[in-house]
Amino acid sequence: MTAPLPAPIGAPVPHRRTWRLVHGRGRYVGDVTVPRLLHAAFVRSPHGHARIDAIDVGAAAATPGVVAVFTGADIATVCRPWRGVHGLFPSLNAPLQHALAIDTARWSGEPVALVVATSRAIAEDAAALVVIDWTPLPAVADPETARDGAARIHPDLGTNVCLVQSHESGDVDAAFAGAAVVAEETFRFGRHTGVPIEARGLIADFDPTERRLTVHHSHQCPHQMQNDFAVLLGLAEHRVRVIAPDVGGGFGIKQQLYGDEIAVCAAAMLLGRPVAWTADRLESFTADIHAREHVVQGRVALSAAGDILAFDVDDLHAIGPYSQFPRSSAGEGRAVVAQTGAPYRFGAIRARATAVFQNKGMSGHYRGVGQPIACAVTEVLLDKAARGAGLDPIAVRRRNLVRAADLPWRAPTGVTYPRLAFEECFAALDAHLDLEALRRDCADARANGRLRGLGLACFVEMTSRGSGFYGTGGVAVSSRDGCTLRLEPTGGIRCLSSITEQGQGAETGVLQVIAAAVGVPLDAVDLLTGDTATSFHGGGTWGSRCMAIGGEAAWRAGRALRAEILDIAARLLQADAGALDIRDGVVVDAATGGGRMTLAEIGAVGHFRPHEVPGAQPQLVASASYGSEAPFRPGCGLQLAVVEIDPDSGAVRLERFVVVHECGLVVNPLLVDEQIRGGVVQGLGAALFEELLYDSEGQLLNGSLADYLVPTAPEICDIELVHAHATPAGGDDLGIAGVGEAGTTGASAAVLCAVNDALSARGASIAQIPCTPERILTALGVI
Amino acid sequence: MPMIPITCTINGETVEATVSTRDTLADLLRDTLGLTATHVGCEHGVCGACTILFDGRTARACLVLAAQADGAEIETLEGATASGRIAALQKAFHDHAALQCGFCTPGMLLAAAEFLEDHPAPSRAEIREALSGNLCRCTGYQAIVDAVAAVAKGTEP
Amino acid sequence: MKPAEVDYVRAETVEHALALLAETGVDSKVLAGGQSLMPLLAMRLAGPERLIDIGRVPGLDRLEIVGDRLVIGALVRHHRVATDPLVARAAPLLAAAAPHVAHPAIRNRGTFGGSLSHADPASEFPACALALGADIVLVSAAGRRTVPAETFFEGLYQTALGPDELLLEVSIPVATPDARFAFVEFARRSGDYALAGLAAAARADGDRLADLRLAFFGIGDVPVLAAEAAAILASGPHAETAIAAAVATLDAIEVRDSAAAGAAYRRHLARVALRRAARALARPEAAACR
Repeated sequence: MTAPLPAPIGAPVPHRRTWRLVHGRGRYVGDVTVPRLLHAAFVRSPHGHARIDAIDVGAAAATPGVVAVFTGADIATVCRPWRGVHGLFPSLNAPLQHALAIDTARWSGEPVALVVATSRAIAEDAAALVVIDWTPLPAVADPETARDGAARIHPDLGTNVCLVQSHESGDVDAAFAGAAVVAEETFRFGRHTGVPIEARGLIADFDPTERRLTVHHSHQCPHQMQNDFAVLLGLAEHRVRVIAPDVGGGFGIKQQLYGDEIAVCAAAMLLGRPVAWTADRLESFTADIHAREHVVQGRVALSAAGDILAFDVDDLHAIGPYSQFPRSSAGEGRAVVAQTGAPYRFGAIRARATAVFQNKGMSGHYRGVGQPIACAVTEVLLDKAARGAGLDPIAVRRRNLVRAADLPWRAPTGVTYPRLAFEECFAALDAHLDLEALRRDCADARANGRLRGLGLACFVEMTSRGSGFYGTGGVAVSSRDGCTLRLEPTGGIRCLSSITEQGQGAETGVLQVIAAAVGVPLDAVDLLTGDTATSFHGGGTWGSRCMAIGGEAAWRAGRALRAEILDIAARLLQADAGALDIRDGVVVDAATGGGRMTLAEIGAVGHFRPHEVPGAQPQLVASASYGSEAPFRPGCGLQLAVVEIDPDSGAVRLERFVVVHECGLVVNPLLVDEQIRGGVVQGLGAALFEELLYDSEGQLLNGSLADYLVPTAPEICDIELVHAHATPAGGDDLGIAGVGEAGTTGASAAVLCAVNDALSARGASIAQIPCTPERILTALGVI
Repeated sequence: MPMIPITCTINGETVEATVSTRDTLADLLRDTLGLTATHVGCEHGVCGACTILFDGRTARACLVLAAQADGAEIETLEGATASGRIAALQKAFHDHAALQCGFCTPGMLLAAAEFLEDHPAPSRAEIREALSGNLCRCTGYQAIVDAVAAVAKGTEP
Repeated sequence: MKPAEVDYVRAETVEHALALLAETGVDSKVLAGGQSLMPLLAMRLAGPERLIDIGRVPGLDRLEIVGDRLVIGALVRHHRVATDPLVARAAPLLAAAAPHVAHPAIRNRGTFGGSLSHADPASEFPACALALGADIVLVSAAGRRTVPAETFFEGLYQTALGPDELLLEVSIPVATPDARFAFVEFARRSGDYALAGLAAAARADGDRLADLRLAFFGIGDVPVLAAEAAAILASGPHAETAIAAAVATLDAIEVRDSAAAGAAYRRHLARVALRRAARALARPEAAACR
């Protein structure tokens, strides 16, 4: 769409629901009260891998206040097990997973039994009294052992490999043989997790008389859960209602089916009473999905002039003991294979991603899903190759970036990028700062013995997927969203949208789109999200999609309601609908701007005196649903980090951080900016602080919020945001690309490059994140 | 189950309750009194979401037993809101997009309010340091610093 | 994550608290600010039968100078240590260390006596007490006794406090005009427990330092005085050779290893801390450094 879009699209209006939230009027799952509510606590495996020989629930069940104790076998009477398969990856091994472990526990923290009691404290008392006879089995913890060792996590499979994805294009061997420079590196990426400050939780309420399940669920994808609960619990989907009220952060952690969560639903069914459970923070660390944990062998081939000839990456990543459901565990490796070298033109690639099972917590789709890995591997290799060739690393990037003239760019990875805007991004960066001066400043500091460095990462974020990935793969995950708008009798508009909010601001963006589409003030529209009983079956929050997909649905619904209103007005006024317009909530004469009717008048006539409308039944409602026909919409940008390393302590201090980003139409720059910054901080956490540490037996060593280091305000510097603006794509849609994962995708890479620039003063380098002070001092040879 | 009677002042109202000796103040506020603006994010004193005022100073409601509140004056975000004393911060947080999911926000607001009372003209670094005990996982912290700085400078009403 | 059932008694007076502690057969734990104890209860890592809350016992929050000693009552909160001008004057090392203790809301509740009794090896105040030559006053139904900081910290979370004893107050020599001090701490994030740190106190004596005490924390099971290093450094605080020699003695110190930081790294940080502290102590205006 190339015509300028009406206000308030593009306006930096504050996120509407935050006015309620700053006044303490949020309503999260833990704030919901239900009569006769019971509370659950889980017994979890203390072993990384162990056989369950016997479970004695006698003492637990006899505890006053305990209503029931369920084992895995009990839950399995109402809850089917599942396999995290994906039709596009037929070779993917997806072992059967039960809600609670029945015969064997395969990670420390896996739920084994469930106590339901009149209070959480009593449930925890009783959980401690459940006696389990365990036979410990050999545990497989690190990725290499999982791939190469003898111990098997699922003996029936005969392998610990979940999936190998390979792609080769062009003559890779010839490219490397003919290269002037080859840079090679072994990367290690730590295991992270999302740490939403509101932990996972739900209240499941089952009415056996109607076999109706209502779940208040802290989740990103309530429609997906409605489908999963219905299918796995044997319920009619239209009698399952999932309500995601205020949700205290998600980041991908609240995107899949969890055994503990569906077990709570099963318990509610078995008891016919509502059951609540919220993960405590220690449970969150062992039982929330984790992410990353890659070991990557990477190579890049460069010509003498600095042309990128080829990439060769071999990725090994570990995903815990099962393929996640319903999305499967293909996505993480898929992103590495598909996104390596994404910003650049090159001719050949060999890429392989191997996902292996291990006895650690489940892995899943945390913000960025594999893209931060691809970005860091690409960018660090480019820096190393450029240094090796005596070339300027940033000049090498500029030389090889995909240009407007190359679009649509058919990358050797097999991905076609319809739109990338790196030329605009570099122009915006150059307008924002003097890059050469900044680099000189770092070089001067290094010449004076300081460890100061600058890193620049180019990144591409695949947002807003179409249905070709999950839909075609037979995975019951919607890539569409829907929006229904109703004109109320006094002229206000009520919106029922299938997008969901965990704070990212898409709700306000959707409101802006509707206000613009209909022609009403922002405050004339109210919106309800996160309730499967009221909205179209939509995808919710995943893959940076709510604004791009849900916003498009809202635009189309808004234009349809506008047409409906104008049709009613034209009939009442005996005018041509084409000569009328809606401006600021009033039907006006399009030519003169003179007011003709208010929306309240139309609402009143339509609802209470419809017989006055000649020749039509006023509908007063409009709906639209939308899914992208393209496989994805790319956003792109640059992230620049300046760091200074304390050579004594090894600590990395962020001195400056800049993001240049292009994401098509920016509906609300205020919300987009802080959304990107939040993503950056998660990437900075990954780069510098966060890592789940396990021992070789699969025991988590730092599973508390005191020990897993989430960045706090003093660790982070201000993050400068620059929007680049490229020519709109020119389709018939709004042209929005998502932004949710952009910050995370490039931040780790920028920091890693900056750290290596700093370390170059002493000929040292590091290819592991987080770059802990200890690792940096080791790289420097100090310890 | 050991219980103990307590009397305290919560948001200006006298509250008499009989509490379980193992209940935290967060449990009392949320589960017994329905003051759900006090959010529980970790129950081990790290995240700061349950920050309240105990005898006029910020404290973690998860690190205080309900029994310890006997004789104390407690203020939660509900009370601070009703009094209007943090209205400028609330508006600034909203205006600057200093919150997304809002779960850390009650604690962040009360921590920021105490800090500004003690340090009316802080630097950005001081603001960051003062909020080091309150985790936010959504924002980049920058908007929070902006909002607190704006209130300190009086550029928020 | 809820604490196990526990009895709770609020002590009205010191004598009441001592009587409760003297009851035999009851596994009791004293609750003061609760900032270390509450997480242990929530995680069920501690499960006493009874909590004796001394939080409102009158007189335990005294903070005053008595003769040439600064007396800090058990219930004096970290925030007060950080902000009270009396502390800044009489024990500037404590004032410098206090901002490193956790975060503002924790400092509002946490108590000086609680910090010392809990004896976390990575916490700041036990090391400061050691560096300052503090006397720790313990009281039980049988009477009072004073334990020097050197012998108070016995092991990981272990102190000289008997099961029937209460930490009443801490007595610290008031800083003299020639006092010098340094405080260095390395932590991953602001307010985190130290990976390694050093609290140092001395008096200027011409070009030398008298009574130099170097108390390391975060590196072993207890805060540890580096006597050999102090002896070397005291004689030549300005000399890089002396600093190097003092640093070399740290090779003999026992250092713990953990997932958060390996022993070699902690030892290295201890060396860095000593170098930084030595340079700070050598300056007349010696003040805290990070």
